[in-house]
Amino acid sequence: MGHNTQLGEEIRKHQDAIVKDWMAYQMSSLTLRRDLVKESELRESSRQFLVLFGEALATSDDTSSPHWKVVKDNLGEISQKRAMQGFSPSETATFVLSLKQPLFDLAQQRVAHDGKRLAEVLWDLTMLLDKLGLYTVEVYQESREGVIYRQQQELMELSTPVVQLWDEVLALPLIGTLDSARTQVVMENLLQRVVETGARIAIIDITGVPTVDTLVAQHLMKTVAATRLMGADCIISGIRPQIAQTIVHLGVNLNDIITKATLADAFQVALQRLGATVTKAAPTTESR
Amino acid sequence: MERIPILKMGPYLLVTIQVDMHDRIAMTLQDELTERIVSERARGVLLDISSVDVVDSFIGRMIGNIASMSRVLDAETVVVGMRPAVAITLVELGLALPNIRTALNVDAGMTLLKSARKMSGNGRPAR
Repeated sequence: MGHNTQLGEEIRKHQDAIVKDWMAYQMSSLTLRRDLVKESELRESSRQFLVLFGEALATSDDTSSPHWKVVKDNLGEISQKRAMQGFSPSETATFVLSLKQPLFDLAQQRVAHDGKRLAEVLWDLTMLLDKLGLYTVEVYQESREGVIYRQQQELMELSTPVVQLWDEVLALPLIGTLDSARTQVVMENLLQRVVETGARIAIIDITGVPTVDTLVAQHLMKTVAATRLMGADCIISGIRPQIAQTIVHLGVNLNDIITKATLADAFQVALQRLGATVTKAAPTTESR
Repeated sequence: MERIPILKMGPYLLVTIQVDMHDRIAMTLQDELTERIVSERARGVLLDISSVDVVDSFIGRMIGNIASMSRVLDAETVVVGMRPAVAITLVELGLALPNIRTALNVDAGMTLLKSARKMSGNGRPAR
């Protein structure tokens, strides 16, 4: 405690020497990813970080204080850049932790005469750099989670088209799992299209739904009930043999919903309901 | 006191809900509607809810009640103009109203009423 101001000063005075030492340690380390980062680039980010680190350390030794924000921002940038370049989070953290060695050397040179003080300084340095190393890992985690969230959103938007098969007949091919969030989107889409097209029959095809458990069945029933309230009937098609077994075993009650194995069958039923028939055109009597 | 107007269209009654429904109006509507069904010998009721933006469990139940009462008096009820948001809300509330016939608009509703009349007169809602 209290060493930080002096330490910060020392770092500023011997900046170039420290960077040189640090680079030497990093380049000789077995974990350096030479394939991903050039020496000049590494030198530049090391120097930049060291400068910010020294300045912040001279003001305060508490990493949660606002003086350290600049350092954390710098680390955040490095962490995100390295994540995109393909570094693992521990490789990025090692970048920060490897600064311990040159700083310990510096401390030893300056405080060698006072063993107790040396131990305190070394401990403070260790704590500081550990916290910063952990911070880089946290930033990495957050950015990965951001990517996953964005992909989820895209998936949801991609996969709920409603197509018009015929006058007054809509088809809704469901692909992927059906959770509560998606069911909401599906229901709104379908009902909106029912209003727009005046459809009287909606065929929900679940060929692309991998598993149907009680929750999925419940979501399907909700969609059917809502569509009924709008004046359109629902037919569920694309029921695979495995799904049929699961439905019966789970005791799901599909009594008042028409179910068909294929979309073709469902379409036929829809046409019948509407009073339409499909006939083959009479063959021409002339031969070519 | 606000009243919901009930219009006669041939053998059918047309009810359009355009105001916020609360207890008193709902009760009055039920009273008047049942009386009119008997006095006009109506064969069907067209309940238009296209102006209803928001429903709660009360309105949901009320619609169900009207349909049941009409059926007892041998008149079919068709609910028309349900908005998608309203349909989703009713389903989420667990009020899927399975015994009610519905149609997208008044035209479709009238067609439904006419065809319902041709079917057997026991009023069972078959789709």
